[in-house]
Amino acid sequence: MKKAIQIDERDNVATATSDVRKGDTVEVLSPDGKVILKAKPVDDIAFGHKLSLREIRGGEEIIKYGEVIGVASRDIPAGEWVHTHNVDSARLKTSGEEVRGVTV
Amino acid sequence: MTEFLGYERPDGSVGVRNHLLVIAPIDCSYEPAKKIADQVPGAVAITQTHGCGADTMLAHNLVGTALNPNVAGVLIVGLGCETLTGEMLVEQIEPSGKPVHNITIQELGGTIKTHERGVRLLQGMAQDAAKLRREPFPLAKLTLAVECGGSDATSGLAANPAVGVAADLLIDEGGSVMFGETQEMSGTQHLLARRAVNDQVAKDVYTIIEAQENRLRSMGVDSRWMSKGNIDGGLTTIEEKSLGAVRKGGTKPLQGVLFNDWDRFDRPSKPGLYIMDGTGWDVPSVTHMVAAGAQVVCFTSGRGSTTGHAVAPVIKVTGNPQTYARMTDNMDINAGTILDGSESLNSVGRRIFQTIVDTASGRLTKAEALGYRDYIVFKRSREAEHLLGHC
Repeated sequence: MKKAIQIDERDNVATATSDVRKGDTVEVLSPDGKVILKAKPVDDIAFGHKLSLREIRGGEEIIKYGEVIGVASRDIPAGEWVHTHNVDSARLKTSGEEVRGVTV
Repeated sequence: MTEFLGYERPDGSVGVRNHLLVIAPIDCSYEPAKKIADQVPGAVAITQTHGCGADTMLAHNLVGTALNPNVAGVLIVGLGCETLTGEMLVEQIEPSGKPVHNITIQELGGTIKTHERGVRLLQGMAQDAAKLRREPFPLAKLTLAVECGGSDATSGLAANPAVGVAADLLIDEGGSVMFGETQEMSGTQHLLARRAVNDQVAKDVYTIIEAQENRLRSMGVDSRWMSKGNIDGGLTTIEEKSLGAVRKGGTKPLQGVLFNDWDRFDRPSKPGLYIMDGTGWDVPSVTHMVAAGAQVVCFTSGRGSTTGHAVAPVIKVTGNPQTYARMTDNMDINAGTILDGSESLNSVGRRIFQTIVDTASGRLTKAEALGYRDYIVFKRSREAEHLLGHC
């Protein structure tokens, strides 16, 4: 069975641990190694690439490692390949960030 | 409460090894220093290769290594005309209470006489050091350095998160963890700053990453951009790339940023997680962190790596099962079991944590058992730092 890992329970994407073909059944493992769901990728997904675990709306945050890694640039259906074609960095667009009152 | 077996030092710190350190403050005396160290079991020679000026950044590293709890005693072997003298080092090492001796080749009349005197001094320290017995100590006495090198797609997926789990477990038990390689934090400053315990630490995070980005830009490298290889490998944004790297430090609150320059050489002041501002070059990065007090090192590598350290055990972790199979002689832990689902991330993390405790208690790492004693002092260019407005 093909597998993918959800590194943090807050993540809305999982990372494929081998090359996955469209239509394969993929077991998505939690950090505890439990199968949390079986995904049906709607795209081919290469080793190390990500698939969406649920429908993500355009403008919604993409979460991996429990942190925001970017923002969906359009609606992403469940099981879709998640990469530069449908995600923008949240950071490169930002200038002058404010953290705990510290502006740098 | 987990304990490890270590050697108590006069200053109350606890070593996980009982090495004798032979310091050549200048590379001119390194060959004779190595011969002296070769004669006595447990002794290891180090030097720096940035010339004979009395540069405080070099002195901080050499002194820091001597002060590391893994060192039982110190012998300095100088040439005699260097500006960074043995006396300057002795002055900073002596307050620790560990034995320290200083000899110079020009004063003793050549290397054969120096060898005789040096071996005799080391011999005495080796006899005394061998009397020390390991005793149980709480993990509050342990500082772990975390490093990654030779990364591949499995690093951010398996090895780094698993080492991060081990780092969190160590901090839960009162220990300390530091991770460095400032340039690999680019893009995560807002996330690291959010974990800072106060505004100053948050500000320090921004300061060091901005300074490192400046250095890279001055060389015509824009560190914000992702390489084609990164994107082909599945990394979508700079945030994702850097998060995979910083995840090796775990998820705990950030107690402080350790600065390492001409005016400061910071060490962790209380338990918890720290960032060491430093180079992304593996061996010098580990050298810095051990000089700042880390007794054990965890080093992740997807492609495989061989390096050890002069006085600290380096545990090698790979997230790539093929690398583990190919380089079993060099890699201590296979975290690649996460990828096929045969072991959970948390289970691998606990296995790494147990290996850290066992290594601290005396079990040799593969790099140690092969005799690898890597040590390189990194120094920034003071002129360049001036031009960039960093000092």
